Amino acid sequence: MADLTTDFLGIKSPNPFWLASAPPTDKEVNVRRAFEAGWGGVVWKTLGAEGPPVVNVNGPRYGAIYGADRRLLGLNNIELITDRPLQVNLDEMARVKADYPDRALIASIMVPCDEASWKAILPRVAETGCDGIELNFGCPHGMAERGMGSAVGQVPEYIEMVTRWCKMYYDKPVIVKLTPNITDIRGPAKAAKNGGADAVSLINTINSITSVDLDLFAPEPTIDGKGTHGGYCGPAVKPIALNMVAEIARDPATHSLPISGIGGITTWRDAAEFMVMGAGNVQVCTAAMTYGFKVVQEMIRGLSHWMDEKGYTSTADFVGKGVPNVTDWQYLNLNYVAKARISQEDCIKCGRCYAACEDTSHQAIWMHEGRTFEVNDAECVACNLCVDVCPVENCITMERLAPGTVDPRTGRTVPAEYGNWTTHPNNPMAKAAE
Amino acid sequence: MTSPFTPGITAGRLTPETLSSNFSDLHAPYDGHEASVAADRCYFCHDAPCMTACPTDIDIPLFIRQISTGQPQAAARTILEQNILGGMCARVCPTETLCEQVCVRETAEGKPVEIGRLQRHATDSVMASNAHPFTRAPSTGKRVAVVGAGPAGLSCAHRLAMLGHDVALFDAKPKPGGLNEYGIASYKSTEDFAAREAAWLMQIGGITLHTGRKLGVDVTLSELQSDFDAVFLGLGLGAVNALTCAGTDRHGVSNAVSFIEELRQASDLAALPIGRNVVVIGGGMTAVDAAVQAKLLGAENVTIAYRRAQDAMPASLYEQELATAKGVRILPNVMPVAIHGNGTCAEIELEYTTTEGGTLKGTGETTRLPADQIFRAIGQTFVPAGTDGPALEHGKIAVDATGRTSIPGVWAGGDCTPGEDLTVVAVAEGRDAAMDIHTTLTGEA
Repeated sequence: MADLTTDFLGIKSPNPFWLASAPPTDKEVNVRRAFEAGWGGVVWKTLGAEGPPVVNVNGPRYGAIYGADRRLLGLNNIELITDRPLQVNLDEMARVKADYPDRALIASIMVPCDEASWKAILPRVAETGCDGIELNFGCPHGMAERGMGSAVGQVPEYIEMVTRWCKMYYDKPVIVKLTPNITDIRGPAKAAKNGGADAVSLINTINSITSVDLDLFAPEPTIDGKGTHGGYCGPAVKPIALNMVAEIARDPATHSLPISGIGGITTWRDAAEFMVMGAGNVQVCTAAMTYGFKVVQEMIRGLSHWMDEKGYTSTADFVGKGVPNVTDWQYLNLNYVAKARISQEDCIKCGRCYAACEDTSHQAIWMHEGRTFEVNDAECVACNLCVDVCPVENCITMERLAPGTVDPRTGRTVPAEYGNWTTHPNNPMAKAAE
Repeated sequence: MTSPFTPGITAGRLTPETLSSNFSDLHAPYDGHEASVAADRCYFCHDAPCMTACPTDIDIPLFIRQISTGQPQAAARTILEQNILGGMCARVCPTETLCEQVCVRETAEGKPVEIGRLQRHATDSVMASNAHPFTRAPSTGKRVAVVGAGPAGLSCAHRLAMLGHDVALFDAKPKPGGLNEYGIASYKSTEDFAAREAAWLMQIGGITLHTGRKLGVDVTLSELQSDFDAVFLGLGLGAVNALTCAGTDRHGVSNAVSFIEELRQASDLAALPIGRNVVVIGGGMTAVDAAVQAKLLGAENVTIAYRRAQDAMPASLYEQELATAKGVRILPNVMPVAIHGNGTCAEIELEYTTTEGGTLKGTGETTRLPADQIFRAIGQTFVPAGTDGPALEHGKIAVDATGRTSIPGVWAGGDCTPGEDLTVVAVAEGRDAAMDIHTTLTGEA
């Protein structure tokens, strides 16, 4: 079993799996249970400023999207930051940290966007002995209406300013949590870096309405006939989060900035994918909310097993390993030519590949007598849709045409050398090959 | 105290509670979540094999998708547009040799999408609401006689009525339904389903039911031809094939179809007598239905004696496994030689058989089984009495693809015509004949 001990910003945890700041980390009782179950770290649910705590709705706070057999694929929430008094949270954090010195404990914070508010809370948080702080610039609902959360995260200048205050008044690592509800994640990431952030964490939840009650004609979750947009999370958001992590990891301006990856991580594989795309560790919420804290045990065993198979002894061995392979479209090799191949042995003759290709793609699959399906290379553009809709894994594969062979679709010989759009003759901006 | 071990043919071998449990639904209906999980397994195949396999061409992928999107009643409409007896077919169709046999998940995993149970889920939801999803077209003024209120006749009558024709529906029995009402195992049609379905079907309007009217006895074909614009014959098989061996006249020997009918119409199963040692001669669905029900009534030993090898049995493997699971013994390669007993049957003597060069012959070796009750289930024959003359083909009424007989103005379908004797086939034939009658009477396609 590979050792999963992870060092993130100098904060050591027995594994890279932290619970994200969210309802599962709102109270001592939850966090103790999480640590007992094996979680490597916890980002305590967001603390607000001293004074009367926020209040939450007393109706439903969550909405859901399901897959087959009511498998939860996406969750949306309209819960605000902690609605318990600040001192209660601080006392509990101090007790938990003292009892679990080997686990990471991070305080998530969201206070008004003025220096005094941050200056006031930071020393009190520091007293708990927690390992660092995470600035909640992400929550898209409720608090944003009051000029906090994503309202800050959507203005890079505010991100930089608040981050700078935190670095001024707090001497442990400062992680800036980013909202995905922006057009280009690199702007906020650069702002965080410029403000002195030690790391960014992303993504926070995505603005969403999960469903509409067709009797009440109201969005869900519905509170007394009305609904509001909430923050979307869970497996459904993983592709969006992965891209944003990769964008920050590969941008020269933010390349060296550590990333805590968040967004739909449910299994060891999801975690490995985030880490390969540049995340130094990962944070999980929906998977725990769906299956309970025990779910981390699959992640721990799975990641460790995969590392053993790959011969990795430390998570540092593969963090960011895939980042060089994330590129712009214009640099993809246009001389790489593939064709779909259907394994007749594995085919169960459902015909979904045929329907998909014939109706919605390139009319490149023949349906023969006896429901056998065959790819017409003269039409196949290797779009991969047949692979994606086939219910049998590996029944349809994409196979590369060897350089030197003729592509029946174009009549051209497949070149051996790499060639991309920047040098393509059809590109009016093409540069001469050097 | 009567028990399974009580000799002879006697009632009350089991307690009313056990009987009630034994004759409850063979498969419990799906609840909503089970249905959505089962529906989700459907791949929505292109040009789906299940549709092709369905004699009534139900758009199976579409109705299953409608279940998965939360609209079982809309799914039912998709089913019922093609097969108005979709509720009964969901219960009695040999899906394991039709739609489910060709399901790609059967190919992939040996576990098909449970199309029959999903169809039941959908059609039950409509029956439960007691809503009839179709409305009648304006009256055409045309009158059609439909003879036989079994699956073919009911299907034909409903389609004709829906298209605006006035239908007179005749049946020799006191209730409509045909084999649905009288001829299938009780556990396939619980809670009086056949009768409820027939009544629900009639809600379309325009169908006048005349029960107790037997063709050739109470009404003749020529009368119907002169009184109506068209006639559809959806007759059943009138005769049970005879058992040719010594001693068939002994008390205790009877027809399986009569036993099944008696059981279906019985108000108190505890009052229905059954033997201790029951032997069913035959190898089809009727043999299985009779044997299983004999066992469920409390017979100690029930044997299906079939003259050919087990893999030649007309009953599907699924039905065979149902029988053996209920404790019925299937004894293949035996043919009856004699029924012994003193007035009442006590034993059956069977000769072992073998097939040589495609011919079945006895080996000369025999065995005897105790048998205080013997059911004949060796097939039924169409009796053309009262049909006054449409040409026959292999003993059944010859028809073309749209159900036209040799007599202009007379159509036929169901068990009285050649082809497989299945409920779902009869429904298709009745429906298709109705469409041809409609075209013929109105000139509309």
